Amino acid sequence: MASTLSDSELVARCRAGDQQAWNELVERFSRYVYAISVQAFRLPESDAEDVFQEVFARAYQHLDKLRDDSAVRPWLAQLTRRLCIDRLRATARERPATEEELVDAGSEETLALLDDALTVHEALAAAPEHCREILDRFFARDESYKTIGEALDLPSGTIASRISRCLARLREHFEGRSDPPPPSGGR
Amino acid sequence: MTAFDEERLALLIRALPPAPEGWVRAAQELPSVRGELDEIVARAEADAAFRERLIADLEGALAAEGYERDPVVLAALRVRLKSK
Repeated sequence: MASTLSDSELVARCRAGDQQAWNELVERFSRYVYAISVQAFRLPESDAEDVFQEVFARAYQHLDKLRDDSAVRPWLAQLTRRLCIDRLRATARERPATEEELVDAGSEETLALLDDALTVHEALAAAPEHCREILDRFFARDESYKTIGEALDLPSGTIASRISRCLARLREHFEGRSDPPPPSGGR
Repeated sequence: MTAFDEERLALLIRALPPAPEGWVRAAQELPSVRGELDEIVARAEADAAFRERLIADLEGALAAEGYERDPVVLAALRVRLKSK
């Protein structure tokens, strides 16, 4: 996730048939698409997998119809939401959904949180590797200090302070006091 | 630019765990199965009965014709057949 390409540049390369760019586009948005289906819409894994594959199949097939290349992120979000809703409707025909499931499905609050989360991950992708790696491992991958220490060859005592420093650095970025511009910002 | 405190940043990083590796790899393989997809879609366009079988039971129709039931191919074919 350490690309220097903006979303529009990435889309343009995908459209030109660049396999590497396609790999990166999938990598860049895979967490977002996954999270929308399992967190916002609470789809079971098997349904979420179908939605995931169909989102990227549609994206691949219809990339040339995207009018604004920099809008790939909301386009994918919208596509994912629509497919999740289709899936929930199909499931409801077989097994009526509970009141709670219907009320909670695709809550705007969760979708907004995931949108912010992607913004933060994009900034993280452009952060120095030692910060990117440790923050992703600790928070997103839920790895223990022991696992992180072994993987990054760091003493446990150093991990907490590095996490704290890297979070502070990321906060400064969002306060406009330090570098890395996120990919969707168009470099 | 939106400001986030450290606690909020931690929560937002945590909110996007990685998608299963196999799913990501499968989606990345789409360009490499394009030839097979084109072939199946061309057959479906030329052969109405085959197309009907695909629409009625995609996996079954592909298996009957000796195609592998690759999830990437299945997802992509659903999209292609709908858009025709």
